[in-house]
Amino acid sequence: MKLQVADLNSFYGPAHILFDIALEVGEGEVVALLGRNGAGKSTTFRSIVGLVENRSGRIMFEGKDVSREPTHAIVRGGLGYVPEERRIFTDLTVEENLEVGRQPKRPNAPFWTREKLFTLFPNLGEMRNRPGGRMSGGEQQMLTIARTLMGNPSLVLLDEPSEGLSPKIVEQMVDAILAMKKEGVSIVVSEQNLHFARLISDRAYIIERGKICFGGMMAELDARPDIRDAHLSL
Amino acid sequence: MAFYFVQFLTGLASAASLFLVASGLSIIFGVTRIVNFAHGAFYMLGAYVAFTLTERFSGALGFWGGIVAAALVVAVVGVLVEMVLLRRIYHAPELFQLLATFGLTLMVQDIVVMIWGPDDLLGRRAPGFKGAVDFFGQNIPSYDLFLIALSPVVLGILWLLFQRTRWGVLVRAATQDRDMVAALGVNQKWLFTSVFALGVFLAALGGALQIPRDAVHHALDLRIIVEVFVVVVIGGLGSIIGAFVAAVLVSELNAFGILIFPKISIILVFLVMAVVLIVRPWGLFGKPEAAARRTPGLTVNPWRPLNSAERLMSVGALALAAMLPLFAGNYALTVGSEIAIFVIFAASLHFLMSVGGLASFGHAAYFGLGAYGVAFLAKAAGLPMIVSLLLGPVLGLLGAAVFGFFAVQLSGVYFAMLTLAFAQIVWSIAFQWVAVTGGDNGILGVWPDKWAAGPAAFYWLSLAIAAVAVTVLRVIVFSPFGFALRATRDSPLRSEAIGINGKRVQWTAFVISGTVAGIGGALFAYLKGSVFPDSLGISLSVDALVMVLLGGVETVSGAVIGAIVFKAANIWLVSQTDLSKLVLGGFIVLMVVAFPKGIVGTLETIWNRRRSTDTKSALATSRVEVAE
Repeated sequence: MKLQVADLNSFYGPAHILFDIALEVGEGEVVALLGRNGAGKSTTFRSIVGLVENRSGRIMFEGKDVSREPTHAIVRGGLGYVPEERRIFTDLTVEENLEVGRQPKRPNAPFWTREKLFTLFPNLGEMRNRPGGRMSGGEQQMLTIARTLMGNPSLVLLDEPSEGLSPKIVEQMVDAILAMKKEGVSIVVSEQNLHFARLISDRAYIIERGKICFGGMMAELDARPDIRDAHLSL
Repeated sequence: MAFYFVQFLTGLASAASLFLVASGLSIIFGVTRIVNFAHGAFYMLGAYVAFTLTERFSGALGFWGGIVAAALVVAVVGVLVEMVLLRRIYHAPELFQLLATFGLTLMVQDIVVMIWGPDDLLGRRAPGFKGAVDFFGQNIPSYDLFLIALSPVVLGILWLLFQRTRWGVLVRAATQDRDMVAALGVNQKWLFTSVFALGVFLAALGGALQIPRDAVHHALDLRIIVEVFVVVVIGGLGSIIGAFVAAVLVSELNAFGILIFPKISIILVFLVMAVVLIVRPWGLFGKPEAAARRTPGLTVNPWRPLNSAERLMSVGALALAAMLPLFAGNYALTVGSEIAIFVIFAASLHFLMSVGGLASFGHAAYFGLGAYGVAFLAKAAGLPMIVSLLLGPVLGLLGAAVFGFFAVQLSGVYFAMLTLAFAQIVWSIAFQWVAVTGGDNGILGVWPDKWAAGPAAFYWLSLAIAAVAVTVLRVIVFSPFGFALRATRDSPLRSEAIGINGKRVQWTAFVISGTVAGIGGALFAYLKGSVFPDSLGISLSVDALVMVLLGGVETVSGAVIGAIVFKAANIWLVSQTDLSKLVLGGFIVLMVVAFPKGIVGTLETIWNRRRSTDTKSALATSRVEVAE
């Protein structure tokens, strides 16, 4: 098991946001975390990488409990995180943004170089010296993923990668995620868009109001339109 | 012509140290978001350590080795400070960070006197740069030429460091989004520590390089930090280029200001700063800040007026205080009057800080202006006490109206730095304009009229005015104006959206606060019978901040308690030890780290916790009350 989360509870100040979240990701698997706006998808990711400090529960990554480690140590251990709001360093060029993400080679994870990433995201290769602030939303989204891959993660948390992108860019995104999967990166992708999730994922969880209310193969979800209609707005 | 050129070069040479210190401050602020008040202290330490190394160990290190070694030694001290103190307060409100680093500054002032003594120290001249260069009959010290060449070199090195190294890329990334850098696997702790070390190194280098030009003394820190604040406000906090350009600008303005207004040269710098702030509030090379972090003044427990029982208790306490002359001697009454005056002063700052969310680091300016106002009226115009007391604070009001207009254009650390710079400008005017203010000798012989001359009478007068001032401020807090002010503090955008003119409201609050401070200052002049520039000084401004903090920033009137406790403890402390700055500085640091809610705030928390466990349903009831 690559990642195993159990009994995860998170708080923002006095507000209880996540309730006993449990999810598992197998080696090389792509798992979708589906849910409406505000259901707790981003908070789940932020809690896993330690950006939400007030949390309890067990977060086993590659057999080790990382729930007490600081963010940078979790990420250095090979758990990559791509935030929803992209958070490109707008003053830094594309190459400099990648440099911030660079980490040493890891034995159990694919190794990414700039050149390899520029073949995966050809657009980025054409604007190496452009400041991040002068890129389109789609290009910025590509850059955040590439930046995280520079850390050679064995698992990546991708927070709503298709949000706000044009259909054409979404297609490129699907290709990129499938290419990552082929390299052997495990992926958890949060989505509101079931269609997009279906193209890339093996399994899915549905989160609603901070609780996991479904977990199973994509095919099972397709067989249960009642669950789909109750928890996802399509 | 040659004379003006030489004057220009002197200005450029002075700019070198200013640039080094300001760039250090900017780099540290960029990444850690802390305005390091102690930067002046590190500058001063750099000068002292360099003095010792070049005097005692010049054989081993040589002069230049001594200079660099001094900067390195101080950088190590800086690293210790960062690891022990700053790491605990990175997430604290700005005010606490400024105060904690100011506490450090106070401690360093006493420590350098303990180690190096109180006298000015004259350092060695730099080998190879002892002479002067003749320029059309005017002499330019060759060391000045060295300094002029040095700052562009440092600028270039810093540029390479930030553009061409991985460390520089990480620092620039962290300047923009610290959390994202951590989420990419970079250990922020060490990044912050290394940035702080570099900033302190630059400050200490700036200090060390001054020893061939200037005497080393224990007031260097405040002098440089005020100039540096002016530089970064003009240049833009966080910008190294901005620090460079503004350092040159400020130094040249100083160099030529002396020729134009020999008495009040600083006025020219002030005018330029005012213009820059109007045109570009974030500085020449700065960027408009995204919404700043919240200043203190946010209460989880909503404020409410006193209920009738609490009112009765307050009146009782006041009556008790009024009985002091029945059993206390003259000394105790004088102390009592002084405490009452500081209650007024602290309450005025508390109003601006807690209700307005504007932490002023130069509030003594308006206190002192009130004092000088009284002194002018009583001495020069010979007006009776009542009239002077009524009109004297008008000077505080005018000062607050002028400076407040500019200050409220900014918020957060910029506001704090600007108010500090304004206060320091007023202080220098009082200090330099000897013809009007008497300079360091002050204005003497401001005695109260006969009816208030006795210690008991003066005590009652002070107590009465303090009671009225605190009550009026409290009434304002719960008036529509007070609500508008708090709305602007809590959410500038939303309050603007419901039609509140935020800047106007804050300006008015600034003027109210400054006027009340002026009333305190007016009484203070009569209490002491004299006025000195100290009444406008930084240390008095910080005393007021500590009083407010001690009482509790998140309370409605905690400053009253804070002022009483602080002033009483301070008077006692000064009588007990020579190291009062060390103790006070240590106390400030401790309070910020361990006790940030203050006395009243802590009591309120305990009280609320007890009440909520006593009656679990109280919350539900209170919700209904609020809804109605």
